[in-house]
Amino acid sequence: MPLHQAGVAALGRALATRQVSSTEVVSHLLGRIEAQRALGAFLQIDAARALNTARSIDERRASGQALGPLAGVPIAHKDIFVTQGVPSTAGSKMLAGYQSPFDATVVARLAHAGCVSLGKLNCDEFAMGSSNENSAFGPVRNPWDTARVPGGSSGGSAAAVAARLLPAATGTDTGGSIRQPASFSGITGIKPTYGVCSRWGMVAFASSLDQAGPLARSAEDCALLLSAMSGFDERDATSAERPPQDFHAQMLAARAGASPGTPLAGLHIGLPREFFPAALAADVNGTVRAALAEFEKLGATLIDVSLPRTELSIPVYYIIAPAEASSNLARFDGVRYGHRAAKYSDLLDMYMKSRAEGFGAEVKRRIMIGTYVLSHGYYDAYYLQAQKLRRMIADDFQQCFGQCDLIAGPVAPTVAWKLGAQDDDPVKAYLADIFTLPASLAGLPGMSVPAGFGAGGMPVGLQLIGNYFTEGQLLHAAHAFQQATDFHARTPRGFE
Amino acid sequence: MALTPADVSRIAHLARLELDPAESAAMLVQLNGFFRIVEQMSAVDTRGVEPLYTPLAAVQAAELRLREDRVTESDERSRNQASAPSVDDGLFLVPRVIE
Repeated sequence: MPLHQAGVAALGRALATRQVSSTEVVSHLLGRIEAQRALGAFLQIDAARALNTARSIDERRASGQALGPLAGVPIAHKDIFVTQGVPSTAGSKMLAGYQSPFDATVVARLAHAGCVSLGKLNCDEFAMGSSNENSAFGPVRNPWDTARVPGGSSGGSAAAVAARLLPAATGTDTGGSIRQPASFSGITGIKPTYGVCSRWGMVAFASSLDQAGPLARSAEDCALLLSAMSGFDERDATSAERPPQDFHAQMLAARAGASPGTPLAGLHIGLPREFFPAALAADVNGTVRAALAEFEKLGATLIDVSLPRTELSIPVYYIIAPAEASSNLARFDGVRYGHRAAKYSDLLDMYMKSRAEGFGAEVKRRIMIGTYVLSHGYYDAYYLQAQKLRRMIADDFQQCFGQCDLIAGPVAPTVAWKLGAQDDDPVKAYLADIFTLPASLAGLPGMSVPAGFGAGGMPVGLQLIGNYFTEGQLLHAAHAFQQATDFHARTPRGFE
Repeated sequence: MALTPADVSRIAHLARLELDPAESAAMLVQLNGFFRIVEQMSAVDTRGVEPLYTPLAAVQAAELRLREDRVTESDERSRNQASAPSVDDGLFLVPRVIE
């Protein structure tokens, strides 16, 4: 098997037994990344430092040091995480060339675990978007069909993993930005419960929704990454106070009553009827239903449930997230960091012009929406009402979890669309987020698992949603499915 | 209730965003398109529902942690100012505010 086909777990084993060195893997992948620049997945390639880090890990291993399962494994970070020594842009002209004085907690923890970062990955500007077309540094192409988008906002992460440029990458998910690109690009991604990964050093979009997570080829690889990148961090006021978790062990733990043929015996999977509307694309519906039939074969029981406010989650999210974004992005004033206009008449004019030049169209729209809904006289009607509906949406999930262990459905209503297809109407893109927004608003963990292929041979993802802090159970179910299927192992043509 | 061009310029000023006439016109259409999908929210009776400002408050008490009152950061002024558009002698420079 070529080195670039090995996932995180397999690479970790090959490195530990010294069948291959980190230097060899890193060099091989740097060559592939260079050859696939046209995908637009990378914003920064940190070759020299990556090779140095790999060499030092190889030396430590040669000297007999005990290293963890990720030591020497190459990854890269969504450019929403700040990194020392490599520019951090958040996909925005506003932060072009920005040098962070510190590393994000997620970045530091993965480095501590021995992961070798090869650079920074393209994303929608400030993580606002679902196609990666909102990056100030150009779009990312989907390796399954380069005329199509990879999804977003973690589009560079998803495309790089799908194209076998990396075994895994970090991403962030505010309203679906890990799950939807994973679905569009045929890979596995998990957004953990809000508070599981530290937000310290993640360029803030919507603070009550932003969560970090891994994108990789399998649930097992995600479990290994998530164990290393998660955990309590006193620097993040909303970090969940709990002991470190071994998600890999939780993933492997057999269910009571399970047998080798039916590892999911006793697992109840709820299918919200609102996740299967008449408007759902036929190929997505068929692929998701077939995957669910596979879960039944593995011993799971499917039951009908309801999330009656699924459609309402669109306006609720697109009030709350822009409101928080408009506050968070107020920091970009052209004074302490970021773009400053070349010409201005006074301080106010400098703010107005610097922000006008530094932000792209979608970011400006969300700042405008957020500023409006928080402004005097409108707060109660929009922002407060949205936060009350958010409570009702979270309560709806708890009703469901009284009847089932997991919730399943599609990640997105269609497969990946063509570049430029949604240029004319931003609201069209918002509507396509319908199935990922409810779990984001409630703060619940969600996964995208490759479920098969739809129109044009494009990948379709199955979404699994768990109750708070049940990542282990989510990963266990996804792993059982991946032991019985090979959709997650398929490679886009030309990238074998 | 649709937004007017005057609303757009008022909001843009609050947001400290300079919009050129073409941008303002497009923004007006897009914002009104967006607020059409928002209207369904107001039809829901939310009397007596507590807002959920942070998601974990749905399952556990959301407490703000206090940390010990001690110095934890060292002086990193030059690194912190490395990406500032204009600095002089450790100070951020802005256009003259007081004549």
